[in-house]
Amino acid sequence: MATEAMEQLARREYKQGFVTDIESDTVPPGLDESVIAFISEKKGEPQWMLDWRLEAYHQWLKMTSPSWAHLDYPPIDYQAISYFSAPKKPEDRPQSLDEVDPKLLETYEKLGIPLHERAALAGVAVDAVFDSVSVTTTFRERLAEAGVIFCSISEAIREYPELVRQYLGSVVPQGDNYFAALNSAVFTDGSFVYIPEGVTCPMELSTYFRINAANTGQFERTLIVCDKRAQVSYLEGCTAPQRDENQLHAAVVELVALEDAYIKYSTVQNWYPGDEDGKGGIYNFVTKRGDCRGDRSRISWTQVETGSAITWKYPSCLLRGNDSKGEFYSVAVTNGRQQADTGTKMIHIGKNTSSTIVSKGIAAGKSNQSYRGLVKVSPRATGSRNFTQCDSLLIGDKCGAHTFPYQEIGNSRSTIEHEATTSKIGDDQLFYCKSRGISEEDAVSMIVNGFCKDVFQELPMEFAVEAEALLSVTLEGSVG
Amino acid sequence: MLEIKDLHATVEGSEILKGITLTINPGEVHAIMGPNGAGKSTLSAVLAGRDGYEVTQGSITFDGKDLMEMEVEERAQAGLLMGFQYPVEIPGVKNIYLLKSALNAQRAAQGLDEMPAPEFMKLIKEKISFMKMDSSFLHRAVNEGFSGGEKKRNEILQMLVLQPKLALLDEIDSGLDIDAMKVVAEGVNSLRDENRAILMVTHYQRLLNHITPDQVHVLIDGRIAKSGDRHLAEELEARGYEWVIEEPAA
Repeated sequence: MATEAMEQLARREYKQGFVTDIESDTVPPGLDESVIAFISEKKGEPQWMLDWRLEAYHQWLKMTSPSWAHLDYPPIDYQAISYFSAPKKPEDRPQSLDEVDPKLLETYEKLGIPLHERAALAGVAVDAVFDSVSVTTTFRERLAEAGVIFCSISEAIREYPELVRQYLGSVVPQGDNYFAALNSAVFTDGSFVYIPEGVTCPMELSTYFRINAANTGQFERTLIVCDKRAQVSYLEGCTAPQRDENQLHAAVVELVALEDAYIKYSTVQNWYPGDEDGKGGIYNFVTKRGDCRGDRSRISWTQVETGSAITWKYPSCLLRGNDSKGEFYSVAVTNGRQQADTGTKMIHIGKNTSSTIVSKGIAAGKSNQSYRGLVKVSPRATGSRNFTQCDSLLIGDKCGAHTFPYQEIGNSRSTIEHEATTSKIGDDQLFYCKSRGISEEDAVSMIVNGFCKDVFQELPMEFAVEAEALLSVTLEGSVG
Repeated sequence: MLEIKDLHATVEGSEILKGITLTINPGEVHAIMGPNGAGKSTLSAVLAGRDGYEVTQGSITFDGKDLMEMEVEERAQAGLLMGFQYPVEIPGVKNIYLLKSALNAQRAAQGLDEMPAPEFMKLIKEKISFMKMDSSFLHRAVNEGFSGGEKKRNEILQMLVLQPKLALLDEIDSGLDIDAMKVVAEGVNSLRDENRAILMVTHYQRLLNHITPDQVHVLIDGRIAKSGDRHLAEELEARGYEWVIEEPAA
C-alpha cells in the first residue's frame, strides 16, 4: 500500500514535468549511474567523491535487502524513489494546518510546541519562521574560536576534503549493509563535525542549529571525528513528530574517537508513525556506528525512539583501542501498529575494553518490538567486560516484545553479564494510582518514566524533560 | 457524609453483600468487624471502585453525590481515600513522586494550582517525621521491598498528606507489630476532627484499643447483624462472633 502511494507520488511528479534537464533541481524516480553523477555534480563534489559513490552503488546492486529482522513491510521499489529533489514546491505542500492529520496537531498541542513551529513541522508551506540567524551567527563564532568544525557534509567535502576523505566510510564501509550502501551512493545531506586535539566542544551540538538543517534529508550522512583528548556531545532529532514526504529514510552515522576522546551522541527520534492503521509512516533504516579507535576513548549512544512506522537501527561500538569504553542506552516505545527492531553491537577488540548496554523497550497497542544485541569479544581482548540489561514493559495484551541477545566470547578472561526482564503494567498498579486520585494516563506515564529513568538520566537535561513528555503523549490511550 | 442504602453487590455472579445500610456523619469513626467471608473486603472494594464488583441494588452517596457514578480517581479527588491491606509495589516510581502527583491531582480537581516545591517539601518533611519514617523512604520506589509495617505506615503517610474527608482503612492493622501499630494509630487519630470521618474494616479488636470508634458494626453474611458503641467490640473480643449469628437480627 505504502509503496503504491509512493509510486503514485512519483508518477504524478513526473507527469507534471520535473524532468531531467540539469537546470532543474529534481531527477525523475529511479537510480542509475547518471543519477549519482547528477547528485555529485549538483553538490560540486570532487572526482574522488563521485568514484566513491559509484563504488558503493556497484556494491549495492549485488546486495539484497536484509530479511532477518522481525519486521513486516511490503518490498520497497527503489526505482520509484526520486534520489534528488529540491524541497517540495510550496503549491504541493499542505496550504494550511487544516489539511494536516488532526491527530498530529493534537500531539503538537500536547507537547506544547509553539504555534508558529507547528506549521513548519507539519510541512505546511509557510515562510521560514525561525528567527535563528542571530543564534546561528553567535554560535558559529564561538565554535570557530575553539577550532571546532561543524557544517553540512556537502560543505565539508568541498572545504575539508582531506579530513572527509580520511574518515568517510572508515567506520561504516560502503558495502557494510544494504541500506548503508544505498546511502553511500546517494546521500545528499547530513552533518560533519571535527573537534581538534585537546578541545572540549564549548557547547552541545545539535542539528537544529545547523544552517540548512530545516529539511533533514532522506539519506542523511553524518560524520563526527573527535581528535585526541577531545570531547563532544551531539544531539540529533527533536521531540516533535516530524512529517516528511519521503517514506524511506536510510541514514548513516559514523563516529571516530581517537586516544582519550569522548563522543556522546543522543538521539530523540520521533518521525511520523503513520495514521491509526500505520499508513504514511516513515521507514527508518539507520546504520550508526562508533569507532573507539584510540586507547582510552569512549563513545556513548543514548537514544529515545518513539516514532516511525518501522525502525531498523543498531547503534554500535567498535572497541579497538585498549581500555576503550562503549555505551548504549536506549528507550524504544512502540504503539499502534509500529514495528521496531533495534539494539546494539559491542565489538571488543582492544584489551580491557568495557561496554554497557541498557535497553528499555515499551510496547503498547498492536505494536511489535525486538531488542537485538551482539556482544563480541575477540581472542585478544582479554580483561574485557560487558554488562547488559534489557527490560521490556508491555501495556495491554495485543503487543509483543522479543529479545535476541547474541554473544561471541573469544577468550576466557573476560566478564559478561546479562540481565533481562519482561513485565506488564499491572491492573493493580493502575488501580492503586487511581485510588490516589491520579488519572490512568498519568499513572501509565509515571510508571513508564520510572521504568526508563536509567536511560533518561543519560540524556542532556532539557532533552530528558522533553523525552518524558513525549513518552506520555506517545502512550496516550494505550491502556484499556 | 457517606450514606449506604440497602447495598447489594455480587462478585462473579454470587451475591456477597445482601443489603447493607449505613450512615457515617462528619466527625465520626466507624468500625466494621466480622468473621472471614462476611463481606468486609467486598464492601471496601465497592467503596473504592475496584473492577469486578457489581452493585445490583441499593445506593451509595458521598457528600450528596452518587458514588457509583464516580470514577476511581474522582472518588479520591473528592476526598474518599482508601488505605489498602496489601499496597501494591510500583518499581521505578519514587514515593515522593507518587505523593506529589496525587496531591496535585487533588488540587487540580479543586481548581488549585500545583503546590510550590518548597511548600510541598515542608509538608512532606513534617508528615514523614510524624510517621517516624526515615526521609530516605521518599526516594525509594513505591512500596518496593517495604516490610509489611513500612507499607502500612506509607499508606497513612499518604492520608496525612492528602487529608481525605473520609478515610477508608482496610485491615490496616494486619501484619503490624505493637510499635508500628501505635505509630499507625497515632497517624489515624491525628486525622480525626469534626469535618472528617473514618471507616475502619478490621478483623481484630486490638486496633480499636488504639483508635476508639464511635460506632461498631458487625457484618455477617453480607448484612450488618448488629451495631453498637465501642463496647460491642470488646464483647466480640471476649465472646467471638458466634453469639451474634445466633441472635435474631436486630
